[in-house]
Amino acid sequence: MKNMMEVQDLTFTYSGASEPSLKSISLPVEKNKVTALIGPSGCGKSTLLRGMNRIHDLYPGHQYEGVINLLDSDEKGYTDILGIKKEADLIRLRQRVGMIFQKPTPFPMTIFENIAYGLRLSGIKKRPDVQEIVEQSLRDAALWDEAKDRLDHDARGLSGGQQQRLCIARAIALKPEVILFDEPTSALDPISTLAIEEMISVLRKKYSICIVTHNMQQAARISDYTGFMYLGEMIEYDQTDTIFMTPSKKQTEDYISGRFG
Amino acid sequence: MRLLMNRLFLIFSTLAAIIGLFFLGWILFTLCAKGLTGLNFDVFTKDLIDGGLRNVIVGQIMMSGVATVIGIPVGILAGIYLQEYGGNSKSTEFLRDLSDVMMSAPSIVVGTFVYAIVVVPTGHTSGWAGVLALFILMVPIIVRTTDDMLKLVPIELREAGIAIGASKYHVTMNIVIRYAKAGILTGILLAFARVVGETAPLIYTSGSSEFWSTDLTSTFPSLTVSIYNLATMPDDEMVQLGWTGAFLLTAMVLIINLLGRYASNKKRS
Repeated sequence: MKNMMEVQDLTFTYSGASEPSLKSISLPVEKNKVTALIGPSGCGKSTLLRGMNRIHDLYPGHQYEGVINLLDSDEKGYTDILGIKKEADLIRLRQRVGMIFQKPTPFPMTIFENIAYGLRLSGIKKRPDVQEIVEQSLRDAALWDEAKDRLDHDARGLSGGQQQRLCIARAIALKPEVILFDEPTSALDPISTLAIEEMISVLRKKYSICIVTHNMQQAARISDYTGFMYLGEMIEYDQTDTIFMTPSKKQTEDYISGRFG
Repeated sequence: MRLLMNRLFLIFSTLAAIIGLFFLGWILFTLCAKGLTGLNFDVFTKDLIDGGLRNVIVGQIMMSGVATVIGIPVGILAGIYLQEYGGNSKSTEFLRDLSDVMMSAPSIVVGTFVYAIVVVPTGHTSGWAGVLALFILMVPIIVRTTDDMLKLVPIELREAGIAIGASKYHVTMNIVIRYAKAGILTGILLAFARVVGETAPLIYTSGSSEFWSTDLTSTFPSLTVSIYNLATMPDDEMVQLGWTGAFLLTAMVLIINLLGRYASNKKRS
């Protein structure tokens, strides 16, 4: 299988920090697979994820060293996204590498506009096209039946779980190649969590997914590969079964069996 | 002992509240009693020269309105700069502190300042001079409310905007401002309510006129300045008109404040 993204030897230092938060991290994100990142709070897993669409760049002064390769659209080669300098190219990158956050973040607009907004920014402006993609995205995010009669309502009137599915619909409407999930269910109840997890297992057929989670059972349930991080380092990366059944490092085993973290 | 202190404290604070409310009630009662007796149709249809208040009410609203129309973009843009682009630099903090100081600047100082830079060089009072004074008074209020309201917008919302490929400009204009809309609107209404009742900045700048005028380049009719003038007239009818003007002004400010409250309540629900 091809790698959709390849993080190679990435060292990342927050603005003003003396120590790097990520130390020589390497991680492949395989195409059409789910890669999970686990580890205790503060280990750098969210920092790593937020580097993969350069959202850190919203705040000035952070330092990247290393390479993050993204497979070109024609699949013939890779481009190092850390080399991107122009604002327009960063915008293009974020359309190709979507992100879902911990807290649902519906925009202060109608449900329809929440999805149409990103489409228009990406250049899709014709009303029939927009309508079609909005409907398809909502269907893919399993929200269409609940939302179809209230598309012109404020999106903030949806429940937390519905809001999170709307955010997923909003991301997939842009036809990204990779979707990054940053603890997408930690603010949700168990039933909404289940809905999101089921969706992720469907979405992997079309997209490559990288998910940060605090919940080890979740990683075990939905991912193909798992990386265990600790104190800014990638301790172990392997197939999820291997990580959970026969980890090769003692730290990994200790964390998974609940002895620390 | 503790129980006694508790009782005493309760009694004193209740008394203080009663005293405060008593005077407020007294003012409102006097205002209504004296103002309402002179309230009739003529007040709204005749100009001051004919014993009505039409021209001064329109003049006051016009000056405050023009100041607001110019003040809104300036204030909001400055607020956006402070919160979205200024970062935590020293200059941003300085500008923020400066706005705070300007918010509490005595309005007579602003009036005198505009008198010195506009009225003296041009040689006469004018509506524009009044507009400028009111503008200077209201901009800091709009700046600080915008700044505060934008601060309440969750950082995740900005990141989510960036994450779907919006530029910082788009995120600010289409997402952040929209989220903070109700709060900013409240700020604008309160700023308008603040300046619409101002007298001190207008006495030396717009002056007041007894005649109908919509020409801001000359001395301009002002309700507050007229109330001030009417109150000191020897003629009882004139004083009565002053009371009516004061009543109308209070009603106007009250309504705008209520509108502001309504807007911010709606946001919460």
